[in-house]
Amino acid sequence: MKFKSLTVYLLASSIFLLCLLSILKIMSTLQGIDFTNLNISQNFILGICLSLGLLVVGNKLNHFIKIFSFTSVFTIFYLYINESAPIWYYISVFIVILFFSHKVKNYNLNYLKEDFVSEKIIFDFITLFGIIFFAFVILFPFYIMLVTSFKTQIALLVNPLDFSLDFKKDLSDLFKSYFVIFDTYNFGRYILISSFVSIGTVIITLMFAIPAAYAVARLNFFGKTFLSSSILIIYMFPAIVLVIPLYTVFSQLGLRNSVVGLLIVYTATTLPVAIYMLQGYFKSIPKEIEDAGIMDGHSWFGIILKIIIPLSLPAIASVALYVFMIAWNEFLFSLMFLDNPKSFTLSRGIQYLTGDAETPRQYLMAGSVIVTLPVLIIFIYFEKYLVSGLTAGSVKG
Amino acid sequence: MSDTLSKIEKRTAYTLLLPAVFLVFSIILFPIFANIWISFKEVSLKDIRIPEPRAKKIVKSISDNNSELKIVYKLRNSSLIQKISDVEFKDKLPSNVIPVDLDSRCEFKSKIIKCQFGEWEAKYRENFEVIIKNENNNEIDKKVIKSQKPSLSGKADNILLTTNFTLKNFKKVFYEDDFVDLLLTTFYFTFFGTIGAIFFGILAAQLVNQNFYGRSFMRSILLFPYVGPVVALAYTWTLLLDPNSGTFNALMVNFNIFDEPINLLGQKYMVMNIFGFELKLRLALTTVIFFEIWRYFPLAFLFILARLQAVPKDLYEAAEVDGAGPLKKFVNITLPQITAIISILFMIRFIWNFNKFEDIFLLTGGASGTRTLPINVYQQGFAISDIGMGSAVSIVIVLLLIIFMFIYFKLIGRKANEI
Repeated sequence: MKFKSLTVYLLASSIFLLCLLSILKIMSTLQGIDFTNLNISQNFILGICLSLGLLVVGNKLNHFIKIFSFTSVFTIFYLYINESAPIWYYISVFIVILFFSHKVKNYNLNYLKEDFVSEKIIFDFITLFGIIFFAFVILFPFYIMLVTSFKTQIALLVNPLDFSLDFKKDLSDLFKSYFVIFDTYNFGRYILISSFVSIGTVIITLMFAIPAAYAVARLNFFGKTFLSSSILIIYMFPAIVLVIPLYTVFSQLGLRNSVVGLLIVYTATTLPVAIYMLQGYFKSIPKEIEDAGIMDGHSWFGIILKIIIPLSLPAIASVALYVFMIAWNEFLFSLMFLDNPKSFTLSRGIQYLTGDAETPRQYLMAGSVIVTLPVLIIFIYFEKYLVSGLTAGSVKG
Repeated sequence: MSDTLSKIEKRTAYTLLLPAVFLVFSIILFPIFANIWISFKEVSLKDIRIPEPRAKKIVKSISDNNSELKIVYKLRNSSLIQKISDVEFKDKLPSNVIPVDLDSRCEFKSKIIKCQFGEWEAKYRENFEVIIKNENNNEIDKKVIKSQKPSLSGKADNILLTTNFTLKNFKKVFYEDDFVDLLLTTFYFTFFGTIGAIFFGILAAQLVNQNFYGRSFMRSILLFPYVGPVVALAYTWTLLLDPNSGTFNALMVNFNIFDEPINLLGQKYMVMNIFGFELKLRLALTTVIFFEIWRYFPLAFLFILARLQAVPKDLYEAAEVDGAGPLKKFVNITLPQITAIISILFMIRFIWNFNKFEDIFLLTGGASGTRTLPINVYQQGFAISDIGMGSAVSIVIVLLLIIFMFIYFKLIGRKANEI
């Protein structure tokens, strides 16, 4: 039993350390350091030795003395095994090993005798590994996107691994791609159109959705159950099956190459979710408050305007943000409807840039950063509202 | 009293609902039915424009003092395939100016030249000339003549409104050689994309549900791929995976994991040798599926996390007292608590992935074995410009969707309401 848990511990911890060191090595390679070998087997054995040493020493030494001495020794070993590199790399290796030694502080020989300990070890390391894995896998593309926008095509073709930024350069040199896409590719205009379309969609959607959601939530009328159950079914119908008829009809009406056409389509496609989300919230408002409003002689519109809207501002905010994000990120309809660069949205503008194979990639990535940044900022800032919006959007669907 | 009140209530309800319902009907439901109509027609992209008669006016001087002018109208039918009937032409002349030897199809009345051109075949062109002169032999201002635009009108069939129907589109859809392959690709993409997203969603939710430093930060990061614009993310991936100068391949070659760069998005098959068995992996499709998982596991994560946080803590404590290990706790407590949400998520994601267009379009454009049904709608309708075919494929999608939704509501519709 003890032998089994010991093996599990050694394997799990050294694989985890190996992952940490490999990710560090990959990231350093991208800073222009010339590594060509991950030294998997050597580093793995090093990891096993380190974990074993930490385990055996256990609580016999002061925690800080223990981790510092182990870390120093193993950093020197690591230095010896791997290629030479600048000093900051070794400092990072030191920090990583220090972090690792600190993380395994709970493990000692006695701990391995507990019940279910191998399962616990596996779960612990899956958690640690998972955090590193998810953070790396998710952030890596975003990192590449951001850094590429500061590089030049030629530098990247010469060495596709060198993403180091030269901060000694002029700022205007560093941000050159951003200046270029605003000057020659008209991105200022695209931003304006995208913002106009997105904000317009939010306003019109709310104007249509609030009364409708109120009616569904509160009033009795013929066909209510049918309507409320069909809202979500309608939401399930995908844009791709609407595209051809809308394209033909909008072409004949002359709405195709216009921002108005986009506004109409975006509003219609976001309305079902908006109504669904709002009516759920409206139902949770106590009816007595409205009865008081009726007593005061308000009409239905007065009740919506003076009672419902002020009380449900958080829900309205989350719907607004959700709709804004859908409209800002929308691509299919802007691809189909817009073919005049004068009315491009940001997404369509970037897609148009890629149509020309000669467009240097840093411009493309600068455009991508510009379209991504507002959404991420809004998301981080209003995360609470947005997450509740996202979940309310289809927990019941 | 109460009767009139309920009447008022009904009327208010309808007025409040009307704008939203009208919009949704005209933009979402109408097109679904319009698809059925179009799919039985032979329409191509260029037929969509309604043919109209057009005229370009050129003014030439034929006398010295410009008292006589020649106007050439370059008339044409804008359509290359459809005729226009009852073409009527009108142009206005300034006072004291009259036409000379007017064409027999035309008449001049109260300063207006009015012509009946009858029927114009497709591609019809004519240079129609009118000579005008000033009654008092004074000069005619060329600019005035030029600035007056002629008006034309005519009757043309709107090809969308005619009643010739054909089954050709559906025959083509179903008897196309690779229809089965198309369905299979769509199915692989949908199924594995959904399963993968849910798997990683469970993993991520299980992670974030534990206490560690930077937990809320981690939760925001996990949602990044889902909230980011698809265009930016897809192009970042294409750059990353580019075989010639992409970072991913460069890294792999640099660390000797790959012998040579692999075109992950442009290679249809990769032959792998596992234990002596030759395995043909659909490489580009797999890459696209991974992108799909990367982009949509956050949604699964969010729902599962919300569910996990609602699981009462004492359940776990009780289990611990009973001597259950982490695995047992996960299998016997966590999993049963999230099966309902997983089945709902599976259906939602299945339906959405089934309709996914943008991701595949931006990554591969449907090449190298990644052509799914939605991509086919676009390719038929806009690349080959056969609108009728595109609609027919849409109809196939809608039918399959209705089947999925039927299954969904039959199986878990009731369960969904209990949550």
